[in-house]
Amino acid sequence: MIALFWRDMRLAMRAGGGFGLGLSFFLILTVLVPFGVGPQSEILSVIAPGILWVGALLACLLSLDRIFALDFEDGSLDLLATAPIPLEGVVAMKAAAHWVTTGLPLVIAAPVLGVLLHLEGGAVRWLILGLIIGTPALSMIGAFGAGLTVGLKRGGLLMSLLVLPLYVPTLIFGAEVVKRGALGMEVQGVILILSAITLAVWALLPFAAAAALRINLR
Amino acid sequence: MASLWQYANPQKFLAVSRAVLPFVAGGAAICLVVGLVWGFFFTPDDYKQGSTVKIIYLHVPAALMAINAWLMMLVASLIWLVRRHHVSALAAKAAAPIGITMTVIALVTGAIWGEPMWGTYWAWDPRLTSFLILFLFYLGYSALWQAIESPDAAADLTSVLCMVGSVFAILSRYAVNFWNQGLHQGASLSLDKEENVSDVFYLPLLVCIAGFILLFVALVLLRTQTEIRQRQLKALEARERMA
Amino acid sequence: MGLRVDNLTVERGGLAVLEGVSFEVAAGEALFLRGPNGIGKTTLLRCLAGLQPPLAGEVHAAPDSIAYGAHSDGLKATLSVEENLSFWAKVFGQGEIEAALDAFELQPLRRRYAQALSAGQKRRLGLARMLVTGRPIWVLDEPTVSLDVASVGLFADAVRRHLDQGGMAVIATHIDLGFEARELDVSAFRAKPAAVQDEFDEAFL
Repeated sequence: MIALFWRDMRLAMRAGGGFGLGLSFFLILTVLVPFGVGPQSEILSVIAPGILWVGALLACLLSLDRIFALDFEDGSLDLLATAPIPLEGVVAMKAAAHWVTTGLPLVIAAPVLGVLLHLEGGAVRWLILGLIIGTPALSMIGAFGAGLTVGLKRGGLLMSLLVLPLYVPTLIFGAEVVKRGALGMEVQGVILILSAITLAVWALLPFAAAAALRINLR
Repeated sequence: MASLWQYANPQKFLAVSRAVLPFVAGGAAICLVVGLVWGFFFTPDDYKQGSTVKIIYLHVPAALMAINAWLMMLVASLIWLVRRHHVSALAAKAAAPIGITMTVIALVTGAIWGEPMWGTYWAWDPRLTSFLILFLFYLGYSALWQAIESPDAAADLTSVLCMVGSVFAILSRYAVNFWNQGLHQGASLSLDKEENVSDVFYLPLLVCIAGFILLFVALVLLRTQTEIRQRQLKALEARERMA
Repeated sequence: MGLRVDNLTVERGGLAVLEGVSFEVAAGEALFLRGPNGIGKTTLLRCLAGLQPPLAGEVHAAPDSIAYGAHSDGLKATLSVEENLSFWAKVFGQGEIEAALDAFELQPLRRRYAQALSAGQKRRLGLARMLVTGRPIWVLDEPTVSLDVASVGLFADAVRRHLDQGGMAVIATHIDLGFEARELDVSAFRAKPAAVQDEFDEAFL
């Protein structure tokens, strides 16, 4: 299983793997927002947490097709399904590799982009904490959506439609962490809920995603 | 041995539903006409909300059915996953567009009601937002049905989505509550009599709700019949091809 | 333990394509599946590999004993020959890839990226994967597509060695691989039009 993780990492890093695309998208989105909203720092600093969270969400969404679609096309997924690794493990490893190549860079870039949006200093650490806890859930929910749509032509758009509503709880609690943190309110409860969502998603969705993959492969 | 499951046979289902449908549809028509006429013309205006309160006779039943349609889809999906009755999966498929319509009715009547009451068509109130999210779930569910060609795979995948979606829908409901405390009034109906709207509004509302439930059942039966017939056509075509 | 198939009915797109397929493969034996295009050989093989459930009948084989080789090789264009192969070796819990590289004469290509391989070379790499699975039953779908005569010879040698070690192989192929094995023409099992509907459609008409 670890071999699968490292293969996916290597594939993402090599040419055409799409590593960095999500990050670039995140950057562009953050740059475009002030053009639409105006340069006033008071407004930007208020909407910054939301923009960064939504940006992370969309950047995550963009790279979801990498999780299963490419392996489906070249036949690797068939072979993985007949391999001694349980398909649930395959899902978990692939989602983990997706998070390390997509979610983690976003977490690292977010504070830098926060500067562009005049995110207040006090909020930055809450933003990072929220993203670290929340983005793994985005990858796993995305893996579920990717598993549902893997065999479909033009599955990408459908996948967005399926996955985005599932992102709502993570987005709400993730943004709430920053909002409350910036105001100096009590944050612990929200962080616990956000962690609970991520853990539950990682505990349960691999089974749903693997079930979807089995249906799509037959 | 007679069992409930015998109606899962497509032929049997068609025969029974065809016999039952006129009564259900007739009951729905009667309840809706009686309930709406009673509600619109024979109840007093609310002392606070004026005549706008009367939209309650569409709004509340539609909202109720929007949620119950999803619950029905969830149960039908579970039956499909456990017992592999095709009719069950087709009934879930048939219910989705009705659920979407109910959600839209609830949202639109809510907006029309909200404008004079709150001074705005839309507010990011937890209840309103939850319905908007429910609407998105419905859209995704139907889109998945449309996208997959193999009927069995489509039934399986949408069932999995329905189960996961249900959990996330409930989670979203709590998240939204957490996110914003709202303007929306409390439940119009509850078992606790104290909190209910007053009797004058209550009785016609119950009739309207009964009407919406019957309407939903009638539409689901009708649409399931259509889905079954489409499968019959496909089976016939397949037989032609192979012969 | 060998491979035994009992009265198998397989479907494609909701329609039974082959029915009543029964055969047995003992240790050291190979079986060639013959039959015209579209008869359902690939479907049968996917069913053997456990990728799709049969409509009826059973496949008896030891758990985790079947290695499946499909039309597509499952190669990653941006990984080298060596990386591709050792990934599958690790997935199947085997460490060694040298023997497999030798068997298909891939040693000179080992550092080359899969995207720079010719179709035949890719195929050889795909077949070398079977050697690193360490599984006794090979289920292969048209393994010789795009192979030249010399490579077909390499493949035949690999299969023969595998059989000598007590392995088994079920191979769907149209060409003569140059060694003796039983043949099974699956056209004999073609599903009759009367029985084409799955049980749901049957319940309907």
